[in-house]
Amino acid sequence: MKFLLVLVLGIASGAAAAAGFLYYNPLTSADVVTPLMVSDRRQFILNYSAVPAENILFTNNGESRITPAPQRVTQLWEGTVRDTEVLVAQLFDYRGQPVGAGIKFSTLSEDTRLLNGEAIVDSVWHIILPRQGSLLVAQRENRWDFFREIVVPAHWSSADSWKGAWRGLLSAGPNAMGTARVFGGSGNFDGVTLEAVEYLRASAYSTKSGPVAADGQLIFEFQEPTTQIAADAASE
Amino acid sequence: MLKTYVTGIVIGIAGAVAAVGYLPAVNLDREVSIVSVAPNGGNSETFHVNVPGDRIMLGAQAQANLMPPGLRWPEDPVFAGVRTELFKVRNSRDAVIGVGSRVVVQNEKLGNVIEWTVHLPARGSLYVRMEPENQSGQRIGRLRAGTREFAGLSGGLAERWVANETGDDPVSQGRIEMVATYVANARPESAGDQP
Repeated sequence: MKFLLVLVLGIASGAAAAAGFLYYNPLTSADVVTPLMVSDRRQFILNYSAVPAENILFTNNGESRITPAPQRVTQLWEGTVRDTEVLVAQLFDYRGQPVGAGIKFSTLSEDTRLLNGEAIVDSVWHIILPRQGSLLVAQRENRWDFFREIVVPAHWSSADSWKGAWRGLLSAGPNAMGTARVFGGSGNFDGVTLEAVEYLRASAYSTKSGPVAADGQLIFEFQEPTTQIAADAASE
Repeated sequence: MLKTYVTGIVIGIAGAVAAVGYLPAVNLDREVSIVSVAPNGGNSETFHVNVPGDRIMLGAQAQANLMPPGLRWPEDPVFAGVRTELFKVRNSRDAVIGVGSRVVVQNEKLGNVIEWTVHLPARGSLYVRMEPENQSGQRIGRLRAGTREFAGLSGGLAERWVANETGDDPVSQGRIEMVATYVANARPESAGDQP
């Protein structure tokens, strides 16, 4: 009996050690720097609130921590869509002026590998900028750092919340350099290929309601070098 | 005693690593894809949304019945002429298989733009731009992009409104039927891209 108790204690210690290594493993930290930060190509930025209740609409399966909004929105309870969230956000330019709306569909991915520090989410943004055009952003996100540095500490906290200053890169593909693919649909973006990355900045999180103070940012980059754009402008 | 404890630690570490490494963290539900071969090449698949039952959101300025109740659609002038709808998307067996957005923009800058994004969680997404003209009861669109299962495909989408004239369901107004056609694209993927 004594040996069995010691064995169980040993197994629990081993499992805890493995979980600790998984959680603290510095090798699984995602990059915060992307190639877009050192590029000289033309870029533009769209900002949005990452607090679901501050947006136009947010819905999920209704059983998750984050409550759908508005209150009477249809929930995604069917088996095929219950791991999917939909966010409809107002988008703002770098000056804080509203420029359009974005619809984000996010689904937990079966490619998630917690052992490798990969909490993968497949997402697409359908973006409408009524004075510029429309586009689709397709990306693979890794939310491991958000989970590790915000969600878990919030659960450990006696206040059931987390406060701090965190900025992380969500985009992890599908392009080779970890950027998202962007497909132009209409207007200025018709037939244009771009790349994008999505950042999340958080300063407060609650285990009861999810993000309390958080902003998202999409950075887009045109594929043509700045010199080509300047040449095109000169020839017009 | 110490040997037993150390053995337990090793078993615990191995068990935890095996569990995290081999047990799937996410296991998505799937419906069988009902895809048929199109007469002139490619494959086709039919989706539909029941109206108003599958409508999640209807947002537009000067719209009397915004949906869901309590929706605060932006009043900024930049949203003039924009109508955005969200739906649950069903397959031909009437099972929900995804969600989709239908966006209409009518303004001087863009003209008349109608777009669909259909997101099927276990498969991928379709991004389609529709022709503004309605041709013999249906509107045709071209597949602008696809992700995952639909990556690299070209093709199109036809939508048509089918009114509920049977009267068996007094709430149902009808449904939007969509027929997607997928044609394999010979364009190779970039060598460095992830699958």
